[in-house]
Amino acid sequence: MKRNFQIALRFLLAKRRAMLMTLAGIVFGVAFFIVTQAQTHGFEDLFIRTVLGANGALRVQDKFQNPITSLMADTGDSTEGFRVPLKEGRTYIPGISHPGVIKESVEKFSSVSGVSEVLAGRASVSSGFRSLKTEVLGIRLNDHLSVTDLGSQIRFGSLARYSEEPSGILIGTRLAGRLQIDIGDTLFMEHLGAKRRYRLVGIFETGVGQYDLTRTFIHLDEARLLFKKPFGSSYLQVALFDSDKAPQVALHLEETLQHNVDSWQEREKTWLDVFRVLRFSSGLTMASIIVIAGLGMFNTLAMIVMERQREIAILRSIGYTRGDIISIFLQQGMAVLIAGILLGWILALALTYGVSSLPIHIRGVFSADSFVVKWSLYHYLWAGFIASIVILLASFLPARRAAHIDPGEVIRRMGG
Amino acid sequence: MTETRPENGEGVVLKASNLHRWLGNEENRVHALRGVSLSLEAGKVHAVVGPSGCGKSTLLYLLGLLDRPDDGDLWLMGKQMTVASEAERTPARNEHIGFVFQFHFLMPEFTAAENIMLPMRKLNRLTENEMNERSGQILQDIGLEDKGHRLAYHLSGGEQQRVAVGRALANFPGLLLADEPTGNLDQKNSDSIFALLCRLARQKGQAVLIVTHNLELAEQCDTTFSLVDGNLT
Ligand SMILES: Nc1ncnc2c1ncn2[C@@H]1O[C@H](COP(=O)(O)OP(=O)(O)O)[C@@H](O)[C@H]1O
Ligand SMILES: [Mg+2]
Repeated sequence: MKRNFQIALRFLLAKRRAMLMTLAGIVFGVAFFIVTQAQTHGFEDLFIRTVLGANGALRVQDKFQNPITSLMADTGDSTEGFRVPLKEGRTYIPGISHPGVIKESVEKFSSVSGVSEVLAGRASVSSGFRSLKTEVLGIRLNDHLSVTDLGSQIRFGSLARYSEEPSGILIGTRLAGRLQIDIGDTLFMEHLGAKRRYRLVGIFETGVGQYDLTRTFIHLDEARLLFKKPFGSSYLQVALFDSDKAPQVALHLEETLQHNVDSWQEREKTWLDVFRVLRFSSGLTMASIIVIAGLGMFNTLAMIVMERQREIAILRSIGYTRGDIISIFLQQGMAVLIAGILLGWILALALTYGVSSLPIHIRGVFSADSFVVKWSLYHYLWAGFIASIVILLASFLPARRAAHIDPGEVIRRMGG
Repeated sequence: MTETRPENGEGVVLKASNLHRWLGNEENRVHALRGVSLSLEAGKVHAVVGPSGCGKSTLLYLLGLLDRPDDGDLWLMGKQMTVASEAERTPARNEHIGFVFQFHFLMPEFTAAENIMLPMRKLNRLTENEMNERSGQILQDIGLEDKGHRLAYHLSGGEQQRVAVGRALANFPGLLLADEPTGNLDQKNSDSIFALLCRLARQKGQAVLIVTHNLELAEQCDTTFSLVDGNLT
């Protein structure tokens, strides 16, 4: 091995310039692959954090009845609500009629870290200045703090004042801007002709533009009065200890509660898909740099095989086997590959760090003030894996050709 | 390795019988060797002479296990080699055969000493120190004791050919095959390489075969074969 490596190294060094180009290709391919993964993955994670922070991991909503259960239960109280039959044969009844019971059973699940009952509805909110449509969420503050990041999203005012003030209201930064109001000002909510009066005690920012423009929070009891719904609620927002397990927990909850349960993965599927495609396509693009480096490697090694026919022939004639010749050429590829991966990793660390301190301003699906990156060992391993496959393949073909050089034929042709 | 060949120099190192070889394909097929038989003895210098293109190199490649005959048999140290697999023939070349060609075929970026050590490293029976020691000895034998650390491409043509001889001797092979080893050299270098080969053969008890078209040199050998029309006379 060492004997062959010595020969490999001399062959390699004689082709320094071409090999340096290939090396640079691997280094940049590996580094850019990692940096783009770090960014796309970073933003994906930020999006997920934002989504979880605003909407929780799970939502327990409409009650459903399977055909058989519905036949059995369907005795007389069909006036309670209207039913929407769906493809699967389930019948949905909007909302949760007995939130207290459901909440209690959800809380018994060991994977659940918090449950908040929400009564949601639409209303117009007006200051003296103008009137806008909003999504009103009636909540119990302490419950809701256990399932969202609302606690850290208050920009003006305070949650302490909100909990003291029965007619207190929290609104988003963008809505506050549109309405041109300040903490302490009075707001009116209007729903189906009824009009109620609230005091602005806090302004929050989730980072999601739509929520900051349309969401408002009031106390659950106030919401019951506003929407004239003395019982029931719209949904339960649930936080989990491990949000990655949300789809499984959702299935389990559905079976137990006979209520429709949505995981955040299901809810945000469109955006999650966008991020995934973005991550994959940027990975593919960067991997193509590595493939080009592989072509360079193939080219250079094929050239070395051509130029070194004499040396290969004499090595074979003095007893070096085909395996020795293959290993001499594979080791040239490996040497460049290993150097390329290590340098690529170092460059990736530096670039990722540099990118993470670049300022940007993003408001929309989430908010960020600098490039978000994710540090993950997997990005490094993947980059190394792709480079290894490409370079080993690019080295193997010339190596095999070198091994099949007929020493007698070459020696006769080149000065036997 | 030295035990496998008779020390008194009387043993047959290589025996060939009725070798045939066709070269080329289809219309330009040439019957280059037409039933060559010969024996090479330890401690003796044999010459093969003949005009250019008569098949001397072709014969040497067959004897050196670089090529296979279309018919006939070959024994190296009593072992039948014509039907042996590549996995047997390659190590046999490493251990028992040394080659010197018209062109030196040195590794240009390796020093003289490193070139001489290439066959030893493959055989892998000596420690690094023993290899250094032996290559030093060989450098002395070929008269290059002060140039062992020079890169091969910084040596003169005569010196390069000496290193090639040194490399052929590295594993003390029983058989030394030289194909016009002095063809590229001036008179002085040519004479000295030839003298070197003869001296080493007699000294180390090797069987040496020198292919040459120089009749003057051939006359100084112990046995001379003429290759005419694909046959030895
Ligand atoms: N690949 C080949 N195809 C056809 N003829 C060949 C081939 N190689 C060698 N020959 C012919 O075989 C004959 C013997 O060649 P060679 O052994 O090299 O002769 P020498 O070494 O005596 O000069 C020559 O006539 C040469 O032209
Ligand atoms: Mg010839």
